[in-house]
Amino acid sequence: MSDTAGATVLDILEDTDVCICAGSGGVGKTTTSAAIAAGMAARGHKVAVLTIDPAKRLADSLGLSELGNERARVDPKLFERAGIDPGDGELWATMLDAKATFDEVVIRYSEDRESSEQILDNRIYKQISGALAGSQEYMAMEKLYEIHESGEFDLLVLDTPPSRNALDFLDAPQRLVQFVDGRALKMFLRPTGFGAKIAGRGAATILAVLRRLTGVDLIDDLSEFFNAMSGLVGGFKERATKVEALLGAEGTKFLIVTGPASEPISEAVYLHRKLVESELPFGGLVVNRLHVAADGAADDEEIATELAVALGEDLAERVMDSYRDRRGLVERDAANVEDLRDRIGAVPLLTIPEMADEIHDLVGLLSLQPHLFGAAAAAAPSQ
Amino acid sequence: MTGKGGVGKTTVAYALALAAADRGKRVIVCEIASQERGPDLFGKRPSDTVERQLAKGLWTISVDPDLMVGEYLETHMPVRAMAGLLRRSTLFNYLAAATPGLPEMVTMGKVWELTQKPRRVKDAKRTYDMVVVDAPATGHGVGFLQTPRTFREIARVGPLANQAKRIEDVITDRDNAGVAIVARPEEMAVNESMELEAILLDPPKGSSFAVDRIFANGVYPDRFSAAERKRIAAVGSGARSIAAPAVDAVAEEAERRSSQDSQLARLREGTVGSITELPFLFSPRLGEPELRELAAVVAG
Repeated sequence: MSDTAGATVLDILEDTDVCICAGSGGVGKTTTSAAIAAGMAARGHKVAVLTIDPAKRLADSLGLSELGNERARVDPKLFERAGIDPGDGELWATMLDAKATFDEVVIRYSEDRESSEQILDNRIYKQISGALAGSQEYMAMEKLYEIHESGEFDLLVLDTPPSRNALDFLDAPQRLVQFVDGRALKMFLRPTGFGAKIAGRGAATILAVLRRLTGVDLIDDLSEFFNAMSGLVGGFKERATKVEALLGAEGTKFLIVTGPASEPISEAVYLHRKLVESELPFGGLVVNRLHVAADGAADDEEIATELAVALGEDLAERVMDSYRDRRGLVERDAANVEDLRDRIGAVPLLTIPEMADEIHDLVGLLSLQPHLFGAAAAAAPSQ
Repeated sequence: MTGKGGVGKTTVAYALALAAADRGKRVIVCEIASQERGPDLFGKRPSDTVERQLAKGLWTISVDPDLMVGEYLETHMPVRAMAGLLRRSTLFNYLAAATPGLPEMVTMGKVWELTQKPRRVKDAKRTYDMVVVDAPATGHGVGFLQTPRTFREIARVGPLANQAKRIEDVITDRDNAGVAIVARPEEMAVNESMELEAILLDPPKGSSFAVDRIFANGVYPDRFSAAERKRIAAVGSGARSIAAPAVDAVAEEAERRSSQDSQLARLREGTVGSITELPFLFSPRLGEPELRELAAVVAG
């Protein structure tokens, strides 16, 4: 990997049309994804950000609160008001809705309306389509693929869903195929004829045990569900293969977003290792909300003396307490980032300092540009 | 313990458990498919899904549903031989992997088992006065708590449905079970906490949960009065003083705290549960001393 010094989003995303932001919960993934998308749009690109659950104030201010599963364009006037002329650049956003996307997929792959309705009405389907572990991840991939296929955008930025394991989304397509396929299960549920022969002689016994355990209804409902879904398996499989190909494609880059505390840093190291193991295209790291040192070269004693003269001993000492606590955080973060570099090696690493206030509009997103895109490369204000 | 990802749920879970252990209770913290932070916090080896003691009166266990399906079957099947039969069946293992919600159900089953006196698992002699569950982050959190309900609706009748009902009764029993929400005084975390409390108190279906406490974690100190801040600011204004970094640090902390205060106000306004503020910890690494510091606030 190349030198890390001075890397920017522009370097990382060169010749990239899909940028996937991964990371553990609470590290500012959504904001980072949106800031990258906004910055690229400000540079004349047509960009779409796919997000799960942006802060309400941010969504409101971008005019995205009533989005549902549809994509919407952020009003170009907002760029104008932020003092930026994006030229041909456009910023679009889609909020992911797992249930709605699942329904769309079922309708798309069903042979006719009757069979799609049979699935949509199934009791098991209704229970799982929103809640099935991995369904949100799968649907995020599905939407990503669909929009990528449309070829309408120069760049797609995906804000990955929060999950127990930050990499659940990687094998979500395959897991869903396995689930929907349920070949073994179907044989199991109809343990007669050919299926029973393959499933083995024990199947009938197992089924009897299970019926006792779960009640007859569940087995029948499951049976009906898998039968109804079986028509979709081909479509699902084909799609999963294509999505996988897209994840590993040359134009795709994974960014790992993390916070500066030791816990998310460990998670980032783990994520990086998994990406490398899975041979997925890793682009770089973004360390969010870093505590940075204020300028000034004076040592503590000089500062304390100066403060004591102006404020008196007592207040000066309390100010020093606050200062030392703050500096402790700066040192902690610096050590953690250093540790991250040691453990991951020379990769592009961007840092964003902690902001005093939360980001809740386009101006706020664009204010992160110097940290993401480099000071020199900042998009020129239109005036 | 539930809440948005990254708010410090695990830390607060252990602080709460420590506070209870200090009052002479035997407490176990249940970490779920996690990286086992507890043993690490106490400088111990990972628990590897066994119950391990961390401090006086405090134990930990990491629940890995994949490894616990067998135990779940043995605990909950009417006939033990049936459990063995299922466990060895390839088809059953396939079903277990494919059944939505089964891992969560197995996890809930283990939580329930830990509360039992006497215990249901062979060779488990120790009983606990309190089980603290470090639940998955919300988004998945409400779904997690409603797993028994969902499972019961899918299964409807039979031993599995009965068992789900038993677990549901335990976790919705207001006298003996409660939910604590962990939040940070930040917009997103406050939003999620408000939504979460509303859903828990009035779920679309099934019994409601008791929301016993909301922990606002990571509250910055409020060290100076407005008048003092003014005096401090005056030191750094005009020609840059050599004390400017310290003056800036004070201003920055005050600004953060003021932004937290408005989020705390929103949290107070938008929830009904009682709120405990937990201080931001400046220590570079969390360990037992920091947890004890939090435990003192939790208990007080």
